[in-house]
This record gives sequence, C-alpha cells and structure tokens, in this order.
Amino acid sequence: MLRLEKIMTYYGSIAALKDVSLEIGKGEVVCLLGGNASGKSTTMKTVLGLVKPRSGSVTFAGERIDGLDTQAIVSKGISLVPEARRLFGRMTVWENLAMGAYTRRDRPPAEFEEDVARVYGLFPRLKERRDQYAGTLSGGEQQMVAISRALMARPQLLLMDEPSMGLAPVFVDQVFDIIQTINRQGTTILVVEQNASVALSIAHRGYVLQNGRIVMADSAAALLRADGVRRAYLGEA
Amino acid sequence: MRELGQRWRRPFHGSLAVLCLLIPVVVPNDYVMGVIARICLYAVLALGLNIVVGFAGLLDLGYVAFFGIGSYVYAFLASPQFGLHLPFIVALPIVILATAISGILIGAPTLRLRGDYLAIVTLGFGEITYIMLINLDRPINITGGPSGIIRIDPPSFLGFALERNDQYYYLFLLLLGLALLASKRLRDSRIGWAWQAIREDELAAQAMGVNTTRAKLQAFAMGASFAGIGGSLLASWQRSVFPDNFLFTESVNILAMVILGGMGNLLAVILGAAVIVALPEIFRDFQLYRLFAFGLMLMVLMIFRPNGLMSFEAKPPREEAEPQGELAAEPDPGASSR
Amino acid sequence: MADLLSILPQQLVFGVTLGMVYGLIALGYTMVYGVLFMINFAHGDVFMIGAYMGWAVLVAVIDAKVMPINPLLVVPLMMLPAMLFAGVIGLGLERLAYRPLYLRGATRLGPLISAIGASIFLQNSVMLTEGARMKVLATYRVFPRDWRFDILGVNVSVLVLVIAGIAGIMMWGLNALVQRTTLGRSMRAVAEDREIAAVMGVNVWGVVATTFFVGSALGGAAGVLVGLYYTQIDFFMGYSAGLKAFTAAVLGGIGNIRGAMLGGLILGIVESLASTLINPAFKDAISFAVLILVLVFRPGGILGEALPDWKRV
Repeated sequence: MLRLEKIMTYYGSIAALKDVSLEIGKGEVVCLLGGNASGKSTTMKTVLGLVKPRSGSVTFAGERIDGLDTQAIVSKGISLVPEARRLFGRMTVWENLAMGAYTRRDRPPAEFEEDVARVYGLFPRLKERRDQYAGTLSGGEQQMVAISRALMARPQLLLMDEPSMGLAPVFVDQVFDIIQTINRQGTTILVVEQNASVALSIAHRGYVLQNGRIVMADSAAALLRADGVRRAYLGEA
Repeated sequence: MRELGQRWRRPFHGSLAVLCLLIPVVVPNDYVMGVIARICLYAVLALGLNIVVGFAGLLDLGYVAFFGIGSYVYAFLASPQFGLHLPFIVALPIVILATAISGILIGAPTLRLRGDYLAIVTLGFGEITYIMLINLDRPINITGGPSGIIRIDPPSFLGFALERNDQYYYLFLLLLGLALLASKRLRDSRIGWAWQAIREDELAAQAMGVNTTRAKLQAFAMGASFAGIGGSLLASWQRSVFPDNFLFTESVNILAMVILGGMGNLLAVILGAAVIVALPEIFRDFQLYRLFAFGLMLMVLMIFRPNGLMSFEAKPPREEAEPQGELAAEPDPGASSR
Repeated sequence: MADLLSILPQQLVFGVTLGMVYGLIALGYTMVYGVLFMINFAHGDVFMIGAYMGWAVLVAVIDAKVMPINPLLVVPLMMLPAMLFAGVIGLGLERLAYRPLYLRGATRLGPLISAIGASIFLQNSVMLTEGARMKVLATYRVFPRDWRFDILGVNVSVLVLVIAGIAGIMMWGLNALVQRTTLGRSMRAVAEDREIAAVMGVNVWGVVATTFFVGSALGGAAGVLVGLYYTQIDFFMGYSAGLKAFTAAVLGGIGNIRGAMLGGLILGIVESLASTLINPAFKDAISFAVLILVLVFRPGGILGEALPDWKRV
C-alpha cells in the first residue's frame, strides 16, 4: 500500500535519510524502530509531504505522492497521530474530532456521527469530556483524542509517531492494544517507535533505522529475537 | 559594492577622500552644493540607524525622534528661544549627550520585545515625540509649537560664521568622516561583535555570556547620538526647526537608506543616502510620484532580496529542508526572550 | 467642572461607539497576526480605502437625486462595495506582498518592511487618483442633524446608534463564523498549529487568504462608518487609525478575537474620556502611551495572547 524507494531527504546540507526503502502491505502493522535522531520523524514527514525528498519516490496505493502538498496527500487517505499529540489545545475534544474529519467535511453528516460513535466506542472516556478544552486533558486522555482525531478521517493508512512517548507504562499497553484493535478493524498502520518491545509485540513486520539508514528489515518475531535489535539501541550515537 | 583586494583598500579610500575634498571646486552652484551637503547630513543619520538596525538588528521605526530631539536641543542652546547662544563646538557635545540619554530612555522599555513589537513601540515613541514638539508651547513655550524655533545661530569658528553651502559642506563632510570612522571602529570592536551576535540569535548570544541589555542600550545610545549630530547640523544649517521636519516618513526615509545600502558595507549606506536624497532632485517633475514609487520599491525589494540584505536578515529557517509550497518553518518567537 | 460632568455620559456613548469601530479595525490586525505572526502594517490603509469607497457611493447616490434618501438602503449600499473592495485589496496584499516572502523563508523584518512599503503604496495610489485634499461626506443628507433622541437621559444621534449597531452585528457575525463554522475552525486550527492543520487536510494558504479577506472587509466597513461619522476623509487617515486599532488589538491580547473587541472598547472609552478631561491635542499621545505601556508591561494583553503553544499539546 505504501512504498518508499531509495529516499534521500536533506535538512540543508545534512542528509537525514539515506537511501531509505520500505514497504507496507494492506492490512499490516509495520513498525519503524530507531533511537533519537535516527530519522524516524523525518520518514513520517517525508511521507506526509512536510519535507520533500531530494531523490527517491513515495508511492501510495499505486500513486506517486512524493511531490504533492501535504493537504493533497492527506486527502488520499493517510492520517497522522503526531509525536507528542499536538492537539488543538484551545479547541474542545469534539472540535478536535471535527478537525480530524476535515477531509470528509463534504460527506453526509450521518457518516460523521457514525465516526464519532465509533471513536467513543473505543474510548468511552472521551464522550464525557467532549466539551472540555483539549489542552486541559491528561497525557493519556490527550493520546486518546489524538488517535481518535486521526481515525475520524477513515484513513486507509494510519501513521503513528511515537505513541508511547510520555505515557505511563500501563497506558502504553492500553494504547497498543487499541492499535491492534484498529488494525483488526481494517486499517493499515505504520508505527514509529523507540520502545521496540511493545511495538514489535503487535506488529507483523519491522524496520530498524540507524543514522538515516535502514539497517534491518524482518518479521516482527525475527526482530524480537535478533541481537541486532538490542545492539541498535545500545549502540546508538 | 565589490570587495576590493586588501592592497587596494587604502589607496581607494584615500582617493575617495581627496575627491570629496575637491567637490566644491568642480561643482557649479550653491544649490547643487546644498544637495550634496544634505546628502552628507543624511548619511550621518543613516550610519546612526545602521548601528541600531544593521549591526544590532533592532528595527527602530521611530528613529526620527532622536533626530528631532537633537535638532531641538541644539535650537535651545543656540537661538533666541532661551537666550542661549553657545558656539557650535560647545553645543554639539551637549546635544550628543542629550540624544544618547534619550536613546537609553526610549530603548529601555523595548529590551524584552519581539521584533515586530519593538518596531511598533519605537514608532509610538516617534509619534509621541512629534506630538510633544508640536504641543509644548503652552502654558510655557518650550518648543515653539507648530511654528518651531527660528533664528538659530549658524555654526561659527573663530569668529567666522558659515554662510555658503560649500562651507557647510566641509563641516558636514568632517562630521561624516568622523561618523564613518566611529562606525567602523564600533563594528570591529567587541561591542560590534556582541551586536552581531544579538542580531543573529539573541538567545544564543545570551548563552554565550553577552550582556544583551547593555549591548542593546549601547546600540540605541550610539545610534541616537549620531542622530544628535545630524540634528545639530540640520538646526544650524536650516537656521530653524519645525515639528514637521520630523514626521514618520522621515524615519522611513532613513530606514530606506540603510536598507538600500545594507550589505553591512558602510560606504554602501552612504550611497543609499545619496540615492534617497538625490533622486527627488533629479526627478523634480515626478515629485508627486516619488512616494508611490518608493512604496512599490520597498515591496519589490523585499520580494527579490528578502534574505539578501544580510546586515539584518537572519539566516533562512534553520532546521527544515525545503518545504516548497508549504509554509516555511515556524519562525522562532523573535529575537527577544521574555 | 459641572460642565465636564454633564457631558461625560455623552462622551461615554461616543467613546463606546468609537471603541466599537476601533474593535472592527483591530479584528483585522489580530486575525492576521494569529495566522501569520506579522503586523499587517497596511491594514490601516485598507480601512482608508473602504472609507473612500463609501464616499464614492454616497456621492453617486446623492447625485442621482433620488429623494428622499433612505438610510436603510444607503448605508448597506455604501458598505457592500467598500467591504468587497477592501477585502480584495487585502487578498492582493497577502498574495503579492507577503506570501512570496514567506515562501522564500523570510524572517519577520522583511514582511514588516514590505508591509510598510505596501502602506505607502496604497496611500499614494489613493492620493494620486483622488487628489491630496480631503473629501467631505454629506452624511447629514442621510442622517439629519436633528435626528436624535434621549436614551436614559443621554441625547444620542441615530447615526451613532446605527454605527454602534452595525459594528456590533459584524463582530457578532465574526465571532459566530469563527466559533461555529468549519471555516472558522480551520482558521483557529491554522492559527494554533499550522503544520498539524495541514496534516488535517486544511488548505493553509487558502485559510490565510480568507483571513486576510475577512479582516480587510471588516476594516473597510469600519472605514465607511468612520467616514459617515466624521464627514471628512483623507488619504492619510489610515495611519493613525491603524496604529490605534493595533493598540486595541494588543491591549486585548494579540491573536485573540474577543480581545480585539474588548481592547477596542477600552481604548475608545479611554481616548474619549482623556480628550474630555485632559487636553484633546494629546489624545493621540495617550493612545500611544497606552500601547507602549501594554507592550512593555503586559504584552499578552488583557485576555491573553492567542498564539500557538510552543510547547506542543
């Protein structure tokens, strides 16, 4: 469904992504692992068009998207749960959800209501908080809103940037359970994570990024066993 | 202006200086000399603003306030207004001191402001100064109100009072030379480096141990004192001062001189002054269109050389790769912290 | 002293009306600052252009010699073209003078200088086409001078009521737009976090352009109202009105729409009272002093700035 081929992305004269190629099939959960400054966020930004690669291609559902504007890319069915949530703090929970559904604003209102109901089904707590300002929620609740907001667009591909960041371990488990549920309901997911063990526990396959290069690519089970994965984290610059 | 090789610098500057001294010999009439003298006067002002805007990166939109204060203080010291008739040599240092102090007073509130806000606050001070100048003639007549102060003494040295424009020109040239020298010294000194650091990234400068408060106040004070010199020259040349000499448009004019010349190259700033002063003279018939063209020019200039005016634009956004079609990376909250 | 006290209520009413007009203009500043973090220095001149449009329509109406002149028709007739034209000028500014700079990564000083250039350009365009002398509006042909009545002991002219009413309706309308519509939400989203708004699928530059259009249209409306009230306009009027409206925006909290309205009201009342109780010649100085005091001591304004959280939520 999503394919990156030989992506080279630069910040000024510094190469952040060197020759990155990866693939995600429909219905999979794929995780992209790596420590700080490994290029994980840059990969996300490249897919979304927030930065443009200097060479290489990004293909989504058979179509090349690497030259497009973010807005166009997102309209094709890709959603993001950003790193550190990045909710619209001065809007209510409900308004954040409405913003999530922005690409579907021309659809019949009934569909919006369905999506809201689905999201409240996943996260009952949000229904109580629907009129609360998102900036006043706790970290865990904000993560729920962030995920819900992304789901409101009925994405075919969901990108999640470090969903475990800043969450207490018990929340982390809950969140990844939800991610698995979402996947089983039919959404393809790319998870970018530092917390390798929990990410691999729900993924089908994984890639390891180090200093902007893919150094390992395998099934999740294989990666969990591999020494390289441990090395990739201990050996981080 | 092209960078000349080091070897040719001295002779180049030397010949330039000699040429300047010879100008009155070749120039036909008093009127043209007047224009050239005016260029020198404004060049001093432009160099002063260049310290504030060009070196330290503080966008001062109210620079005309210092110009006005300098002119009026000189007028207080050398006219019938208060019965004082101090000679030029005595009045000038007093004016410089007065304007430097006003620079500190006006600069002080701006220390913690972001770029845009700093611009607006200085603009506000410029307006307040104008309003003061025009209204402080009641109940006590300090500034002479809208009709200003007239019959100001011309500069006189050893009993010889200046009369013709070419005589004024030499005085202005002398002061311009001093201003140029001072600018150069300042730029290459420790305070100059501090200013540059502040201009590029104030937080980083603070982290490096630069006392940004003192540096900024010094920039304002120095810039203001140059304006004080300019003000003294204006008052003693025009032999009168009026509030309408010091409108906001004048601040914009002087800013334009700095922008035009603004490669950090001091001579280019003087060239900018020459262009801005001389153009209306050359295109007399198009006086009406002058400001119109000026406004257009500013916009166009900013589009085609927004980062090229290296003396006060920071480097392009630091982190992000080319985000074409997308907005450029979030600018940081301006140079100042709060 | 008794004299002063007796005209105080009158001045208060005037101050509130003036304040609402300042608020309308201030909205333009605050909205643009909210999405682009720049001070649209040329906004005051958009206000001025609105005033000139209104004047032109009024002159046309009077020349057409349609009697009697019905204020219910004339005022909207003046306002619509003025708002449209002002809005278009605002769009032009955004597209031609500011956006090219942002796309090339200019920092704040460049756009501000371009804005100053645009301001001078607009002022002089009007000066060249309409002449440097002021224009007079025959307001009293539409609102006869004796058309006043007493409300709670204060003698108020219908004109003032109409102005306050229109300004009030517009502000309410803008608030409704911003709080309750999808477009309004997308404007707030762009103001709060431009990047994530794009990730939601918002056409960010489209929203910026819309913001400019709406803000400028409101400024143009204010221009018509001011022209009607003061009966004389000139090409330079945008400068001081602009600075004062900016003061109002900052006073209320830049980027904050309700703040702009509140700031406008406060500034209008303060200015009106100050010019009554202290010397009127200094009233502008007082506005500037307020501006400086606010920016130095409480830059966040009264209701607090509505700027993006630099700490991500």
